[in-house]
Amino acid sequence: MMASASIVTPSEPGLFERLKVNRNWLGFWFMVPAMIFLLFFLAWPLLLGMWMSMTDMRIGRGGSFVGFENYQFLLDDRDFLRATAFTLTYTAVASVFKFAIGLYLAILLNNNMPFKAFIRAIVLIPFIVPTVLSAVAFWWIFDTQFSIFTWLLQQWGFLGKDQFINWLGDPFLAQCSVIFANIWRGIPFIAITLLAGLQTVSPSLYEAATLDGATGWQRFRFVTYPLLTPIIAVVMTFSVLFTFTDFQLIWAMTRGGPVNATHLMATLSYQRGILGGRLGEGAAIATAMVPFLLAAIMISWFGLQRRKWQQGENND
Amino acid sequence: MASVDVRGVHKAYGATKVIHGVDIAIKDGEFVILVGPSGCGKSTLLRMIAGLENITGGEVAIGDRVVNNVPPKERDIAMVFQNYALYPHMTVADNMAFSMKLRKAPASEIKERVDKAAKILGLEKLLDRYPRQLSGGQRQRVAMGRAIVRDPQVFLFDEPLSNLDAKLRVQMRTEIKELHQRLKTTTIYVTHDQIEAMTMADKIVVMHDGIVEQMGAPLELYDRPENLFVAGFIGSPAMNFIKGAIEKGGFRDMQGTLWTIGKTPAGSVGKKAVMGLRPEHIMLDPKGLKATVHVVEPTGSETQVVADVGGQTLTCVFRERISALPGEAIMISPDKTVTHLFDAESGKRLH
Ligand SMILES: Nc1ncnc2c1ncn2[C@@H]1O[C@H](COP(=O)(O)OP(=O)(O)OP(=O)(O)O)[C@@H](O)[C@H]1O
Ligand SMILES: [Mg+2]
Repeated sequence: MMASASIVTPSEPGLFERLKVNRNWLGFWFMVPAMIFLLFFLAWPLLLGMWMSMTDMRIGRGGSFVGFENYQFLLDDRDFLRATAFTLTYTAVASVFKFAIGLYLAILLNNNMPFKAFIRAIVLIPFIVPTVLSAVAFWWIFDTQFSIFTWLLQQWGFLGKDQFINWLGDPFLAQCSVIFANIWRGIPFIAITLLAGLQTVSPSLYEAATLDGATGWQRFRFVTYPLLTPIIAVVMTFSVLFTFTDFQLIWAMTRGGPVNATHLMATLSYQRGILGGRLGEGAAIATAMVPFLLAAIMISWFGLQRRKWQQGENND
Repeated sequence: MASVDVRGVHKAYGATKVIHGVDIAIKDGEFVILVGPSGCGKSTLLRMIAGLENITGGEVAIGDRVVNNVPPKERDIAMVFQNYALYPHMTVADNMAFSMKLRKAPASEIKERVDKAAKILGLEKLLDRYPRQLSGGQRQRVAMGRAIVRDPQVFLFDEPLSNLDAKLRVQMRTEIKELHQRLKTTTIYVTHDQIEAMTMADKIVVMHDGIVEQMGAPLELYDRPENLFVAGFIGSPAMNFIKGAIEKGGFRDMQGTLWTIGKTPAGSVGKKAVMGLRPEHIMLDPKGLKATVHVVEPTGSETQVVADVGGQTLTCVFRERISALPGEAIMISPDKTVTHLFDAESGKRLH
């Protein structure tokens, strides 16, 4: 009757209503926009690329599924194997030098010296200059006739006045040249990040170590270095990933030449897939980079796990 | 163990002079406390003794050796820092062993010394922990352990207790004192807490704006402060200062009240002066001066009263319980035997 209509029982909120206010789900809702973004722009292209690597797709023509045929083909492809080997060498050599020089610079910059801010700004320059622009500079630096290195060697008497070195024309020298360029470009990132890390180390630790009788080298070895390892792990992971996937610098400097000697996996993939039109094969080369990258990430993941001394309550 | 001699030491950072000629002689085995307000140069002086700062002028000698140009590690000193400066990536044991590992001491000796230091400081159970896993007091002890293991000629402490809570501070104070009695190592200890200085020191050095105001045993400084600064700095609550002039048989303040005091220094009658009265040296006295009570702060064992005597505000501490309410009057008089008189201009003690 009438009475029953007037009694308002507070209805059970619907499932969605409850999920909207539940604390555990609240965090999830906040993540949704970022997740959609990531799915759309990262996961989707990655999956699409992997799918493409299993087709014989070409530009302008949809392909059909061919399984692992592209990969089988690549395993016998000397250029691909060479690019893989060079990518690994490129990454390894450049990373080692970038780390050593970057750390050295960071320590140097951490000292008190005149014009500190100015010198720090200068160190950042290679990082700020657009890659393509720096590549143009490197053309000149490694130009057959006008190279400053050739000039220096001539000045110092290692080379005759009419002798020239074909830096970017000789496969081995070209490889060295691009690695050199990559090192030059990569140092500021590492130096500045490590400098930031160095500045978090309390000066009184150095003073305590000095009083404990440590020499400069021992202070570095037993205080600075261990305290810096977490940051070193992060910055070197990034550096390795960036170097391994490098494209711009090579493309602007050598396009992978001479005789494909300086092709990285990324440039080879682009050349085959986009320029050569064989999308399936290009995608396969790109996908072949994934295991290497995953391995690098795994290594740093385990290296990065919080060290025992970092755990526990904060003391600052 | 060794004596430490600071002779005419100056320090300047560029054009800024911070220490203007300091002389301190520290005997072998003495516990000396440098005390003074913030920024007076205590840390700077300590760091010059440690070798962490250059000495601009003068000499520092440890034992018989002038160490001005001796690098820190050869001075054979150990320092405990205000923030402890424990190596965060080393366990307690490694922190303490670090200096010995650096000089490649045999493992058995390292273990023996670390264990001994840990036992002295009650750190046996914490040897495998990292600094982050310790409480403030424990960290403080590890920092001391690191110094003890070294068995140095001199211990330097820079405000080692200022990061601890009040209760722990009192406890650590006793522990450091006991440690010193046990090891008898020459110790220089910096603090700006005068209670710490009074309770721990064999000798207190009061510093102010880069000079030494007075040096002496704690009670000497309390009983006979040589100038207004030391008088105001040592003692808590701080000494009352009353401006006025000396008269025959007393001291007349600016408001005209006559205070009866003990003997006045010869030939000082008529002189402008400042009288110093410690709060604990003011007594209830029915025949004394009338004081109007402003604030009463009972602490249990004693009562602190802020009162007004003829326009002159005084802080008094009484053993008795005071039941007077703000606005009411009590009768007080100073303890005649312990009044202090200072020259109004120079601030120097008159007698
Ligand atoms: N590197 C420096 N450059 C210039 N002035 C400095 C430097 N270090 C310290 N000073 C100055 O020297 C003076 C003494 O400093 P110091 O650290 O010795 O004071 P302190 O007595 O230890 O004070 P606190 O009790 O606050 O620790 C201060 O006025 C300070 O500003
Ligand atoms: Mg200080």
